[in-house]
Amino acid sequence: MDLTLKVWRQDGPTEKGRLDTHQLSGVTGDMSFLEMMDVLNDNIIREGGDPVVFDHDCREGICGMCSMFINGQAHGPGRGVTTCQLHMRSFKDGDTITIEPWRATAFPVVKDLTVDRGAFDRVIQAGGYVSVNTSGETLDANTIPIAKADADEAFNAATCIGCGACVATCKNASAMLFVSAKVSQFALLPQGQPERKRRVTRMVDQMDKEGFGNCTNTGACSVECPKGIDLTNIARMNRDYLNASIKGE
Amino acid sequence: MTDSKILNIPQQGDLGVDLLQSRVPDGPLADKWTNHKNNIRLVNPANKRLIDVIVVGTGLAGSSAAASLAEMGYNVHAFCFQDSPRRAHSIAAQGGINAAKNYQNDGDSVYRLFYDTVKGGDYRSREANVHRLAEVSRSIIDQCVAQGVPFAREYGGLLDNRSFGGVQVSRTFYAKGQTGQQLLLGAYSALSRQISKGKVKMYNRHEMMEIVVVDGKARGIIAKNLVTGEVERHSAHAVVLASGGYGNVFFLSTNAMGSNVSAAWKAHKKGAYMANPCFTQIHPTCIPVSGHYQSKLTLMSESLRNDGRIWVPAKSEDAEAVRKGTLKPVDIAEEDRDYYLERRYPAFGNLVPRDVASRAAKERCDEGYGVNETGEAVYLDYASAFERYGKTEANVLGLENPSDEKIRELGKAVVKAKYGNLFDMYRQITDDNPYETPMKIYPAVHYTMGGLWVDYNLMTTVPGLYAAGEANFSDHGANRLGASALMQGLADGYFVLPYTIGDYLADDIRTGPIPNDSPEFMKAEAEVKDVLERLINNKGSLPVDDFHRRLGRIMWENCGMARNGQDLSKAIEEISALRKEFYENVRVPGTLDGYNPELDKAARVADLLELGELMCKDALVREESCGGHFREEHQTEEGEALRRDEEFTFVSAWEYKGEPKDAVLHREELEYENIELKQRSYK
Amino acid sequence: MSSSGILKSSIAKKYVMALTGLFLCLFLVGHLLGNLQLFIPGEEGQTAFNQYALFMTTFPAVKVLSYLTYGSVLFHLVDGIVLTVQNRRARPVSYAVEKGSSNSGWSSRNMALLGTIVLVFIVTHMQNFWWKMHFSEMPTQTVDGVVLKDLYTVVLNYFNPLVNSFAFAAVLLYVSGMVALGFHLWHGFASGFQSLGIRHAKYTIWIEMVGKGFAVLVPLAFAAIPLYLFITQG
Repeated sequence: MDLTLKVWRQDGPTEKGRLDTHQLSGVTGDMSFLEMMDVLNDNIIREGGDPVVFDHDCREGICGMCSMFINGQAHGPGRGVTTCQLHMRSFKDGDTITIEPWRATAFPVVKDLTVDRGAFDRVIQAGGYVSVNTSGETLDANTIPIAKADADEAFNAATCIGCGACVATCKNASAMLFVSAKVSQFALLPQGQPERKRRVTRMVDQMDKEGFGNCTNTGACSVECPKGIDLTNIARMNRDYLNASIKGE
Repeated sequence: MTDSKILNIPQQGDLGVDLLQSRVPDGPLADKWTNHKNNIRLVNPANKRLIDVIVVGTGLAGSSAAASLAEMGYNVHAFCFQDSPRRAHSIAAQGGINAAKNYQNDGDSVYRLFYDTVKGGDYRSREANVHRLAEVSRSIIDQCVAQGVPFAREYGGLLDNRSFGGVQVSRTFYAKGQTGQQLLLGAYSALSRQISKGKVKMYNRHEMMEIVVVDGKARGIIAKNLVTGEVERHSAHAVVLASGGYGNVFFLSTNAMGSNVSAAWKAHKKGAYMANPCFTQIHPTCIPVSGHYQSKLTLMSESLRNDGRIWVPAKSEDAEAVRKGTLKPVDIAEEDRDYYLERRYPAFGNLVPRDVASRAAKERCDEGYGVNETGEAVYLDYASAFERYGKTEANVLGLENPSDEKIRELGKAVVKAKYGNLFDMYRQITDDNPYETPMKIYPAVHYTMGGLWVDYNLMTTVPGLYAAGEANFSDHGANRLGASALMQGLADGYFVLPYTIGDYLADDIRTGPIPNDSPEFMKAEAEVKDVLERLINNKGSLPVDDFHRRLGRIMWENCGMARNGQDLSKAIEEISALRKEFYENVRVPGTLDGYNPELDKAARVADLLELGELMCKDALVREESCGGHFREEHQTEEGEALRRDEEFTFVSAWEYKGEPKDAVLHREELEYENIELKQRSYK
Repeated sequence: MSSSGILKSSIAKKYVMALTGLFLCLFLVGHLLGNLQLFIPGEEGQTAFNQYALFMTTFPAVKVLSYLTYGSVLFHLVDGIVLTVQNRRARPVSYAVEKGSSNSGWSSRNMALLGTIVLVFIVTHMQNFWWKMHFSEMPTQTVDGVVLKDLYTVVLNYFNPLVNSFAFAAVLLYVSGMVALGFHLWHGFASGFQSLGIRHAKYTIWIEMVGKGFAVLVPLAFAAIPLYLFITQG
């Protein structure tokens, strides 16, 4: 198929960006979106130009590195997939595809379609862990039974890949889905209880410091989340934060 | 025959001029690690604060090592090329992690895990290391649960297990098809905790470009800030490489796009020996190649072999019809299907080790029974699993005389709960519905057992330079069992390296900070800049990927699932020529300053172009078949791998001498005191 | 408590929005029940409504409630403005192409706009009736010797095309105000519960259904009053 690509180009965080138009032919439906981008870059390099810079790594939907806003949607059309798993069969011959980076104050553009998601790391550093030393001298793993339903729900929250599609999608660039997924994972497990209140306050504080917007419950984040992280996690975090605020850490 | 004269390969009699010291402690196998830990030197907490350690890579081994070392009190500087430590490729491991917990009461023990791993590795791994791995495997599970890793559980609230290829017990812990993700996020959280305390200084989007050796000891690295393009000097008292494997030398593999050999290769060029580089694991269950633009291959977890059955049509005319699209697999009668693994290996059936399963698939496809357009695919069929699970479920629900349709429906629901995400992924990539038609799979490069040679303490042949996880060669011999990579990464990082490194660092408590402006640092920095300048100023015409693809094709065709002397010799010459062409004709766009992923890719491919040659040479010298290394000249009449224990029970450790093909072989004899060497049989 | 203080945190702002919003929902119910008396014709309706109006402006407990209502409106408004400004700042460069309709409801994405329309309505509405009731000359009705301000007649006349030549415009304003309120509530009702962390696999579906029912019925009933008065008196 033949495509018209409108690709965001930006030299650095403080530079002004623009949409460049490229024509691309010979795209097949079995190509992944990133393989289509590879073909584009291959053409650009052979013609002596500067290829489009974009983040990608595992190309199997789990590392969370790829991050493109395609035709107005994070990770493009289709649900439950990252950009790398989006295949060109989702598009038609003659389509125009607009490709933009995640846009948020907290995610400054590094170059072209690449953004800096260090804010997510700092939120985790603020408390997204269980404070246990790695000596291996802990309880036997089967000492504390955990109800399967709780373990499964904790797992579902923990499947977040930290790609930032929630922030990119949210009209307010809010990071509530990401933060609440980590808060929930530990809130649901006995191992997370001792630090539960402290964790939620610190992580939310850090989230606010990073300049993310506020949640207005549109639910777009969960719809676009490639791992389908549920809004229940946000409600749980709201509850935990209230509890922590009232009772103190 | 191999052309050993031209290649300057040591003759059989010459192998063994120089025996490497593995520093395995004395004493009975089961006590070695405990005794060693009790006897090695410690660094007291006040002194640890005076010592810097660099950790390159933040996968399971790197993150866990960095977190543990920081916790102990060392000042850790951790580097990863990704935008966050959480994205290292350990994250993509699907199936699970082994541990000798015996929770399922099926007779598992530390010894059995040890035995299975040595046997699975086709008797080419070091006994003492593997036993240590099996010992600490139990602590890994305890540790991870304490960190809040949400492993799968049974209704009673206790941990669930599944079984994996090559073993007859159920010892694999898992978190759906995302075990690697959950374990890595656990290690990442431990790392994040130390970053927040300031004990780890994290350098994201930094690539290690060179090892700096001062007075014979590893004292730092040269790193490139990938965003600014700046080349930086970082000094430390010791350096840990946890930079993963080099499967990307094949271009198409299940590795991440960024996975590379550069850190390990730079160490190799600075004196660290490269061990068994040709031992590559080709994973049997990957989604087949669909076109020439393909950039990577996607693995379907080995756990699928638990319940799926692998087959090809028994008649070649059926296979042809399937390839043409005139016959559907579901329309092939049961008696016209060849469940070749069950036929050839009745005892293990579809659960034979990976190397055996991969070769068997290749054998069928080479004979013309392949089932996709390229002829390189076999079926992985869940129809019987749907039926089996459906019947059980119908019994549980108390349904009387359920229809076949109902049984299949119930069975599909059970399979969906177990493997739903994998089935979805398959559908997403291929546009085929695996609930209705058998999946197509084919082997793909997945893991490299070879890597930097390390002694029992995980130290390379360069003092102060350590290697952990997939980057070292240590525990898997010639073939890795499923769910053992995660085990090894975390064992090295959490429980082995943090202790053994103290023995070395105990000498450094009075050294003081290592200056990063010594002549050695300045020279290394200048060299790195030269290499980068050479690449960027090269006015060639072909993109980096062009060369990488061609390298991959040479490697896959000549150093893949089956190898022979003639092809390997040819490949060595081809790679050498390709490397020459690369430096003449590669085009790297952009500038040295700023973010330039093409430049970074070029530097990585340059190293892969050297590594590939060494891999072929290693494969050429190892005139036997073992594990993932199958030499066509050495097979039984039934086509099974034929090991030559008399001549080759050793680790090949290569010393760099200019050109990769001029590398000099050193060997470490493998002594088996606790296990009797047998030809592996899964029949 | 957090170092930045609970009131500054983004989640605390959500609590304020939710609590004030849900309180205003309660107010709407009370206000509607009173207003339904406007459907009662003749002196009976006049007396009932005017007595109710007197009660609402003088009874101490109601006064407290009414101050709470003013406060809620104010906080809801100020908080909403602060949130909107912060949210704009969180994304200074907007997308060239954005397809919000694929992942979220229209109301949920336009709460600020809807809120502004509702605000305009409230201001006009209060000027029409509340201001008159409190601060200006009013016709009166005497019931059992008690002189009541005759708000009933004021309202009827306001929507009577024979008396007020702008009655049609007034009806239009009231109806559109209620439409905006309906859309605002369509998202806002259930959203308030979510913000307070009240969500459960079992009962959230009910909250959402009640919320949508509320968002349709309450504004519809409100809007019916001017429509009814306009049509029946015209």
